[in-house]
Amino acid sequence: MTATARLLAGNRLHLQHGPIDLIIGAEGTAPEVACAYRAAALVFPGILPTLVAELEDLRAPTSEIKEAFDGPVARRMAAAVWPYRSRFITPMAAVAGSVADEVLGVLCATANLRRAYVNNGGDIAIHLTHGATFAVGVVGDLAVPAINARLTIRPEDGIGGMATSGWRGRSQSLGIADAVTVLATTAAAADAAATMIANAVDIDDPAIERRPAREVKCDSDLGVLPVTVAVGPLAPGQLARALDAGVARAREILSQQLIVAAYIQLQSGCRTVDARALGLQAA
Amino acid sequence: MPTPPLPVLHGARAKKSGLGTTVTEITSSDEPIRCDACPVLCRIRLGTTGACDRYGNVGGKLVRTDPLVLLERAVEDGRGAVRFLDQERDWDGRIVHGPDTFGTGIGATPTYPDYKPAPFIVSSQVEGVDFVTVVTEGIFSYCGVKVKIDTDRFIGPETAPVRANGEQVGHVTTHEYGSQMLSLGGVHHLTGGSKAEGNATCDALLALCNKQAVELSIDGGSTVVVQSNRAPVIDGVTESRMRVGCGSAVTGIFAKQWLDLADEVVVVDEHITGVFTEHQAGRLLDVRPSGLKIRGRKSTPGRYFKVAEPGMGWGGTNLRDPLEIIKGFDAKLAWPGLRLFMVSTTGEHYAWYVLDEKLVPQRADPPAAIENLVERIAENCEPALSTVLFMGGAGGSLRAGVTENPVRLTQSVKGRLTRVTCGGAPAYVWPGGGITVMVDVAGLPDNATGYVPTPALVFPIEFTMRLNDYAAMGGHMEHVVSLDQVKARHDVVLAGSRT
Repeated sequence: MTATARLLAGNRLHLQHGPIDLIIGAEGTAPEVACAYRAAALVFPGILPTLVAELEDLRAPTSEIKEAFDGPVARRMAAAVWPYRSRFITPMAAVAGSVADEVLGVLCATANLRRAYVNNGGDIAIHLTHGATFAVGVVGDLAVPAINARLTIRPEDGIGGMATSGWRGRSQSLGIADAVTVLATTAAAADAAATMIANAVDIDDPAIERRPAREVKCDSDLGVLPVTVAVGPLAPGQLARALDAGVARAREILSQQLIVAAYIQLQSGCRTVDARALGLQAA
Repeated sequence: MPTPPLPVLHGARAKKSGLGTTVTEITSSDEPIRCDACPVLCRIRLGTTGACDRYGNVGGKLVRTDPLVLLERAVEDGRGAVRFLDQERDWDGRIVHGPDTFGTGIGATPTYPDYKPAPFIVSSQVEGVDFVTVVTEGIFSYCGVKVKIDTDRFIGPETAPVRANGEQVGHVTTHEYGSQMLSLGGVHHLTGGSKAEGNATCDALLALCNKQAVELSIDGGSTVVVQSNRAPVIDGVTESRMRVGCGSAVTGIFAKQWLDLADEVVVVDEHITGVFTEHQAGRLLDVRPSGLKIRGRKSTPGRYFKVAEPGMGWGGTNLRDPLEIIKGFDAKLAWPGLRLFMVSTTGEHYAWYVLDEKLVPQRADPPAAIENLVERIAENCEPALSTVLFMGGAGGSLRAGVTENPVRLTQSVKGRLTRVTCGGAPAYVWPGGGITVMVDVAGLPDNATGYVPTPALVFPIEFTMRLNDYAAMGGHMEHVVSLDQVKARHDVVLAGSRT
């Protein structure tokens, strides 16, 4: 199956190739937007094959990286997970965000855009110029879709990406968070941090069912590590302990200036970390 | 914008058979399947999906887990097919609820030799009323496509033969407003000529109906690459926008909008370039002549042919620097400080100049209002596309798969009691005798068309009617099955059902 590109309603661009599924929105003069879309569609078909060429190494733990990757997306991935190499993480933790960043880079390098986003399955790279903003809603639980939190991002907030991780999503998690949404300077950084924080939202509880990652997805980069496949209702004390663990990890990452803010949701509970300055609050 | 096409069931039917099965690969059940749908080459264990969540291992078979045979639809608002994995869905969960599922003929296998009941006669309830949809793939011997190519370029004379791989597969038909039209296929080329002609025609039609690109050469004209809902490529050049109109038309359309912004406007166009102050539009608005002298051959005041050669630059000319077409300014009429705006018919190119003391244009930053105007021009250009309409006659024997009394089906369709769709896409039924349909192939799922070696196309078609109307027309009532039964018996997966 080859890469596909098509325009969606609302002058958005849809690029899809294998597991990469991008919804792109750009604003500027019509010729600039057309130019940006053309450039993105041109570059896009090369992204997945370039990634796949180094896939085996990208699925290995970051601590085992011996030399720099060749592909630009692979380099973004490695850079995003590098700060966390003392714990288990592979560059694949940042793949979605890195692809989003790479494509946003192409858009912004090609054309003069007032505002743009590249949404790669919920991991989103964003570009804002003076006076432009993005309104963001966070859906904590896909089974009961509702806007659980909202915020407005302004250019002066220094946010270039956001990402959400959790055990329910398409990728796997070592933790039990329904959703950890992170705001950071790039989508790749947000992606890696969301993974680390979601992994930390964890406790021992009989309500949690785990299976070796490779039993769930053959080629999982998490190997035999147990990933969460079901979480039953948790007692209030257990819920709080799991959230506390996530908040502690988020604060640690925040103190290293790797992220700007984080939102953590687990069942009925949610926490925010340093998000008040941005006006991020549970709805 | 037409309903976006639903994704393909990759490799799930032999590509050209149209009669294929839904199996691609069978392995012993605990061995993972290797998916070759994309370069990631995931191994997929039984009951799980690959990295994309689009392909899964269902009972040892690689199955596209997208909607293929059943399109989920929003009956209430008639929005038609719902895209799978649209981002909004991922974010918001299911938008469409309820059982509004619609069987399509894709993969149904045809009814040939025609007296068998159609493969699926499906009954479902919509708002409490029993509906029957007779689903089949028709073998269309009488079929072809009409191709509309959005371009003003000359691609060949009317009635000129159109060739694919050297064989004539159709002809150029009428030139429509902003578009060139081709009529391809038809029984004359499919079965009336040589075997090579029939095969080339069938291949071209099959590819076009499956939304693939086809290169066609026109006798005495151009070589064009056409593909449903994609920009046409004419002699190697991709058309991007349909211009608003020729340079003269643009001069007239926007005359009032730039009246107070510029002293002279030149709309550069390969066909007719417009010079505002000299143009009828400028005269009527009583603007002061600028004294601009332009190259090219004057047609009528303010309208000039051939200001430059055709090419890839400004307004379909070979111009990189638009000042090349300006010979100078008449010193008796022009004045220092004169504001000159040059723009192409699509707004893709524009420049702003101010005349200096020697009446030489000096490039300057355009005012914001001019930028807005350029945006307005661009906004009025539609993307240039090739569009492909399948046209075929379903009035023949395939009706026997639907009813024992075929003419009743025709009457029911004419009486609007039976709705005709192709692969879920609405079909226009031509008035008069028979059931001759036209349908935009862009509305069908990808690769919905097959062929048989006759040669003829295998194209999905569905007839939907009330259960009692179906009984009244002599329908195969004993073969009516419920939607749930179809789902249980066949390898079909519902749109968006990602459990």
